[in-house]
Amino acid sequence: MSTVRARRTALLAVALSTGLFLAACGARVDDASGAAAASCVDTSGSEIKIGFLNSRSGTMAISENTVYDSLEMAAAQINGAGGVLGKQLTIVAEDGASEPTVFAEKAEKLIRDDCVAAVFGGWTSSSRKAMLPVFEGNDALLFYPVQYEGLESSPNIFYTGATTNQQIVPALDYLKEQGVTSLFLVGSDYVFPQTANRIIKAYAEANGIEIKGEEYAPLGYTDFSTIVAKVRDAGADAVFNTLNGDSNVAFFKEYQSLGLTAEAMPVLSVSIAEEEVGGIGASNIAGQLVAWNYYQTIDSPVNKQFVSDFQTLYGADRVTSDPMEAAYTSLFLWKGMVEAAGSFDVAAIQAAADGVSFDAPEGTVTVNGENHHIAKTALIGRISPDGLINTEWSSGAPIEPDPYLTSYPWAEGLAG
Amino acid sequence: MEILVTQVFNGLSGGSVLLLAALGLALTFGQMGVINMAHGEFIMAGAYTAFVVQQVVSSAGVSLLVSLPVAFVVGGVLGVVLEATLLRRMYHRPLDTLLVTWGVSLVLQQLTRDVFGTAGVDVVAPEWLAGPVEVLGFAFPRSRLFILGLAIAAFLALAAGLRFTPLGRRIRATVQNRQLAESSGISTRATDRLTFFIGSGFAGVAGVALTLVGSISPNLGTSYIVDAFLVVVVGGIGQIKGAVIAAFLLGVVQSWIEYTTTASIAKVLVFALIIAFLQVRPQGIYKLRTRSLA
Repeated sequence: MSTVRARRTALLAVALSTGLFLAACGARVDDASGAAAASCVDTSGSEIKIGFLNSRSGTMAISENTVYDSLEMAAAQINGAGGVLGKQLTIVAEDGASEPTVFAEKAEKLIRDDCVAAVFGGWTSSSRKAMLPVFEGNDALLFYPVQYEGLESSPNIFYTGATTNQQIVPALDYLKEQGVTSLFLVGSDYVFPQTANRIIKAYAEANGIEIKGEEYAPLGYTDFSTIVAKVRDAGADAVFNTLNGDSNVAFFKEYQSLGLTAEAMPVLSVSIAEEEVGGIGASNIAGQLVAWNYYQTIDSPVNKQFVSDFQTLYGADRVTSDPMEAAYTSLFLWKGMVEAAGSFDVAAIQAAADGVSFDAPEGTVTVNGENHHIAKTALIGRISPDGLINTEWSSGAPIEPDPYLTSYPWAEGLAG
Repeated sequence: MEILVTQVFNGLSGGSVLLLAALGLALTFGQMGVINMAHGEFIMAGAYTAFVVQQVVSSAGVSLLVSLPVAFVVGGVLGVVLEATLLRRMYHRPLDTLLVTWGVSLVLQQLTRDVFGTAGVDVVAPEWLAGPVEVLGFAFPRSRLFILGLAIAAFLALAAGLRFTPLGRRIRATVQNRQLAESSGISTRATDRLTFFIGSGFAGVAGVALTLVGSISPNLGTSYIVDAFLVVVVGGIGQIKGAVIAAFLLGVVQSWIEYTTTASIAKVLVFALIIAFLQVRPQGIYKLRTRSLA
């Protein structure tokens, strides 16, 4: 009885003093920090635990298993090179099962029961939104690897995929440069396309681009005959595609079978990478445009090594894609932050994060300590008949992340 | 006028996809009262069969035609295995069959993932189905016309088989009154098994057709199973011609609402219409005339 009370008092004291210390530093203002500061991460041994949380089953497994593979490879490489601060990484893998609620539960488990130092994973925005309060409440770290709709930043999440000003805005700039004056918007009916299209419409209005139509299909929708007929009849210069998952296959097959071509009416997609091209069929989508920050064809020694390592490990027929590269990079960025902080402590990592950079397959990326996103180079790519994507246009240099689009006058009011 | 023609065609082509997915289900659900949630995975198996056949037969034009009979057999065999191992123990316990076949569908999906990988695969459409064909100034996608033709052919074949062949007569007799059929010397067990073979075979054929319009991934079946059941219920259980009318009706209504509103609203409104329709006519478009009490 008395030991329990003593331990509780000690804990309280630690929590209080940590809270006071943090408050004194002015590092953060967080209502949950008191209780959460008592992290259970065990840094005493020669190993350190990290969590991988990806959908290994369910509808998102198609995409997230590839992210898991590249995370696993990154961990193996880091361990091979001596680990992080001399400690070997031990992976605790959990299945998010394509359900946001499961992501939240498993995140809680990884943090509280497994006591991992950081969690890597998530794909859909709904999974991220579900995990966000868990990571904030427990004051833990999540590394999220997928491009998303922006308008978010959390001290407990590092976003290693693109935010809108590193993908969608450059894509619009590119189309405008090509002389596109009207657009048709096609997307899946959920948070990412709806938000992305709000941004696109604001951009279009400010830049004299006419929006000829806007169509949403439920996730998993497979009959695109009516939507593609509407696209054809509207006669826009180009189509901006924010469809997700399997719907893309049905959309492009229908597009093709109505005789619409990349020359006559190009489609620019933001959710189709090398991995998806295989399922759509390269012949159905060759010549169309995509916007990302990484392609397998990037011609650099670092990327060649990355691709060859990946194919050696998982098979020569496998392809690498932007989210996989961002996930791979995220693990090395975490390593860089830990080493810069000299500690696995969350607050220390947050304080040391700014400016940490990594020579990634996509090029050098740097963490922005303010909003926890990273500076990335925007690349517009064209899908080639062999299923790979070639860079058509590049921003040349990394673009600083601006998740709330504060540097664009036309985006005023979008964040609200 | 142009919109009218385009949308009616889109509706019919959407309906033909629904019909292919539902035809086999109408047979098995109708005759045996088993709710086969794995029917969607039989469709998926048909689609993957087309993929495998394409690996063997490299010519896209030939491989599609070869796939159709092969997928029929693959779907049929899967159906018979399911029937022989599990379903025959639970006839007239529809809720049990629902749960069991749902489990089977999950197993089949995972199996597909393990064998073919989680990413979707691609079946290359033959050259002669690429692009649209112009008729009186209207552009109709060839692949859609092909599916429409295939759906009508499948229906006619099934209807003729049920009407004119001895097996068809046995099936009809079993549907209408199982006990009486049995006492007249029909082996309803064998009939059931053959019915399941044919019904599941049609699922395989549907899978091949779907490779022309959609994705071939482990969750292909889940995209179609609900719509297929809707067609069967609206058409009237046990009624092949009801399924035809229901499929085309749903296709046309869906495409019209979708044209004037959005895809999401169309989906909701079609559901609402179906619910309203079933309030007025719970037995569906056609009612099965039977003297059986069961």
